[in-house]
Amino acid sequence: MKKTQQKRRTVMQVMLGAFAGVLAGALVPLGAAQAAEKIKVGLMLPYTGTYAALGTAITNGFKQYVQEQGGKLGGYEVEYSVVDDESDPSKATENASKLVKRDSVDVLVGTVHSGVALAMAKVARDTKTLLVIPNAGADELTGPLCAPNVFRSSFSAWQPAYAMGKIVAERGHKNVVTVTWKYSFGEQSVAGFKEAFEKAGGKVAKELYLPFPNVEFQPFLTEIASLKPDAVFVFFAGGGAVKFVKDYDAAGLKRTIPLYGSGFLTDGTIDAMGGSGEGLLTTLHYADNLTNPKDQAFRKAYALAYKAQPDVYAVQGYDAAQMLKTGLDALKGAKFDKDAVAKAMETAKIDSPRGAFTLSKAHNPVQDIYLRKVEGRDNKLVGVAEKALADPARGCRM
Amino acid sequence: MNSRTSTIFKLAVLAGVLAFPAFGSDFYAEMVAKVLILAIFAMSLDLLVGFTGLVSFGHAAYFGIAAYAVALMTPKYDPANLWLALPASVLAAGLAAFVIGLFVLRTKGIYFIMVTLAFAQMAYYVFHDTPVGGGSDGIYLNFKPDAAIAGWAPFDLNEPLHLYYFVVAAMLAVYGLLKLVLRSPFGRVLVGIRSNEHRMLSLGYATFRYKLAAFTLAGALAGVAGFLYAVLFGFVTPEYLSWHKSGDVLLMVILGGMGNLAGAIAGAVALVGLQEIFTSVTKHWQLLMGLTIVAAVLFMPGGLTATPARILARINGGKTNE
Amino acid sequence: MDFVSFLIQVLNSLQYGLLLFLVASGLTLVFGIMGIINLAHGSFYMVGAYLAFALTSLTGNLMLSIALGIPLAFVFGALLEWALFSHLYKRDHLEQVLLTYGLILIFEELRSLMVGDDVHGVTIPELFSASIPLSDNLSYPVYRLVISVVCLALAGGLYFLIQKTRLGMMIRAGSHDRDMVKALGIDINLLYRTVFALGVALAALAGMLAAPISSVYPGMGSSVLIISFVIVVIGGVGSVWGALVAALVIGFADTFGKVLLPDLAGLMVYLVMAVVLLWRPEGIFKKG
Repeated sequence: MKKTQQKRRTVMQVMLGAFAGVLAGALVPLGAAQAAEKIKVGLMLPYTGTYAALGTAITNGFKQYVQEQGGKLGGYEVEYSVVDDESDPSKATENASKLVKRDSVDVLVGTVHSGVALAMAKVARDTKTLLVIPNAGADELTGPLCAPNVFRSSFSAWQPAYAMGKIVAERGHKNVVTVTWKYSFGEQSVAGFKEAFEKAGGKVAKELYLPFPNVEFQPFLTEIASLKPDAVFVFFAGGGAVKFVKDYDAAGLKRTIPLYGSGFLTDGTIDAMGGSGEGLLTTLHYADNLTNPKDQAFRKAYALAYKAQPDVYAVQGYDAAQMLKTGLDALKGAKFDKDAVAKAMETAKIDSPRGAFTLSKAHNPVQDIYLRKVEGRDNKLVGVAEKALADPARGCRM
Repeated sequence: MNSRTSTIFKLAVLAGVLAFPAFGSDFYAEMVAKVLILAIFAMSLDLLVGFTGLVSFGHAAYFGIAAYAVALMTPKYDPANLWLALPASVLAAGLAAFVIGLFVLRTKGIYFIMVTLAFAQMAYYVFHDTPVGGGSDGIYLNFKPDAAIAGWAPFDLNEPLHLYYFVVAAMLAVYGLLKLVLRSPFGRVLVGIRSNEHRMLSLGYATFRYKLAAFTLAGALAGVAGFLYAVLFGFVTPEYLSWHKSGDVLLMVILGGMGNLAGAIAGAVALVGLQEIFTSVTKHWQLLMGLTIVAAVLFMPGGLTATPARILARINGGKTNE
Repeated sequence: MDFVSFLIQVLNSLQYGLLLFLVASGLTLVFGIMGIINLAHGSFYMVGAYLAFALTSLTGNLMLSIALGIPLAFVFGALLEWALFSHLYKRDHLEQVLLTYGLILIFEELRSLMVGDDVHGVTIPELFSASIPLSDNLSYPVYRLVISVVCLALAGGLYFLIQKTRLGMMIRAGSHDRDMVKALGIDINLLYRTVFALGVALAALAGMLAAPISSVYPGMGSSVLIISFVIVVIGGVGSVWGALVAALVIGFADTFGKVLLPDLAGLMVYLVMAVVLLWRPEGIFKKG
């Protein structure tokens, strides 16, 4: 017995010794001085968990553009540091600071999950690092939390929802029920929709929220049936979107009460919906059969490189790289200077597969929002719901 | 090695930790601070799991409640006062543990595990769904608490170095406090409860009260960790309370070896270390993590701190002498 | 809420409760009889759903896929028990929690490696694809009714299995006293393997049945895990009957909570659990 205890102590010492070793190893300085013609890009995206597919698409899009430029952006060779953010906000700050402080990246690119992106924005502001957000739509990022060094290549939750509010009113609906998960992205989408819809004379009769990520929609379908609104507006994504649309159809509601959604309802989910998604109208800043040559070239190259069809996420990744390139071009090969890059990005006009866009003062794309209709496996373009729609950037003081 | 060398060794490691910021980069100093905070968290849970025999699967709740407490106490454009915010956050976590303890300590075994889990989920939804905690996006902590006492500031947590040593001091304080508690008659009753609660009952101890006290203390100390974590990273989110976090801290306790405060610290080091290594190897790092956990449970009962001893014993005597 | 809506909500509650029962029944059996706390139970639900997806893409028929999937899941369960869980009976709950926590990570990553991270759908069989009109604008999918009927039948089947058969007798005896069963000359290892495999098969079946309405997606396993725990706790560990009652209670609490108290909907099931525990700390139907 005594002997074992002694040995335990010995083992403790080995453990602590190992700890000391780790500490000593950490002393070796990383991120040593870099050559002027290189730029370090920190990709912080989800590669595991619910949003893994989105993280991969964004990475593919980003790298595709860099490939097209011969592995360089604005003459700077691109070097990647990659971190899996797991869509876990509780690890977000340290993951971001890992890229900034350990790997000394020049630019942060990420992410999908809004909560994680908010944490990244905080790190970016604290450390004055350039950040390009290739998806997360939280309104705050280009609202109250806007910053000279924070950019977004995607959208704000408000944008597609606001555009849909106008469309739904134009289609003669007066009385609408909204359904979404009780989390901020859902709430912001509903707020954007409501703003436009009520401005155009409609009335949101009831806002229904269910706990995230619960997918038992039946009680709400019953309530919708008894409320008998003219139309229903929803925000859901991924598995929840598939289930909602299927349940809505199976309950027979699709025939009597039209369903409208913010675009993510039918992105990457149409196949899984079977036929239930057919004919759904959604709004987003991208659609499947845009006719501009840029998009056609992009889709062809993407399909060739990754053996998969590109989606809106891939476009957002691609455009993040484009934005960065415009910024770097302005340096003309000089030493990396984030203020100069940011300044050039502000006024950039991005020739995106989604159609050209510029950036608002709060650094969010000012872009066309398309009305799309599900036909077969595609989100077919119906028309432009809002031309060059800018997020109001409420609370942004810049 | 005898216990004197062991003490010397521990002091040497401590010296290393103290001297670290002079050599290591900011990032690694922050990482060491994080590990130290997680060590506090793991030690607080070890008081329950290792010493009292209560397997709580909802310990992240108290960590998160204290983190939210400091975030909510911090005004938008001003720092909160450290000497107010720290005790208040710890008190909030302790109070929550006390109330939840009243419920969960009525149950035993599997029930206890699941009920602690369910209450933590409840706390999670309070911050995720209700207006209390800013919803799913969480809250920024724009300013670190101000350490000034009547205008005089002994240190400034905005200085990374000061914050680092504040964390080290907190870790040592919690370690010392737990050592004292465990040596006290109270601590001996807890250990007695773990080995045989019925016997303690028949000896006339009101074991429920002891367990409740331990549960409350563990919650409060988890609150210390939560407070520091929020201050270090300046951001709180409902995910701090999620069951994955409760699972991670249990993992630290068992990886290091239960019922051994230094083991809890070693477990925190090991878990963070493994995550760092695995994430740098593959994007499917969770597979490696899962396999490691399974292997650890199957092949190293007693945790890291006991395993080499078992191997040594096997080499020496052909059998483990336990 | 008008009366018709109220009745429909009752139907929704029952249907949701029954599906939850199917997931929780396997969990409570494994808990109660083998004393194993199994966090990976949600992963078995996920495995079932992906099995349904994979087999349906091969065979084109969900019912055939389920018929194939059940024995596959059963064998899978037996193998797991042999390789991992059989080493856990003498260990404490903490180690069981950790091992099964590790399994969640492993299953989730294997899924990602094998099937990818996209959302997939499974088609409802032609036979059950109709809907029954309930009110002027709302109808009820036949497939949901089929699920309810299957769940009820399984509840009855489990009751019969446990109360009336020799296997059931052994299971009941085994949950009370492991050594006694051994003394009676029953192969306890085989018994445990069977029970565990049965639990896995039940969870997988729930996943397979739910796949057409819920679709299959990453992380779907953890969505049912916690709620199954709550049901087992409310019902009493090891009680299949208790799990049924508790699942229905949760079905009602969740459904009406969402409609009547939307702000507390996320908390609702946990509040119900807290109240039940105040009243009976070991669940409604604690076994002796």
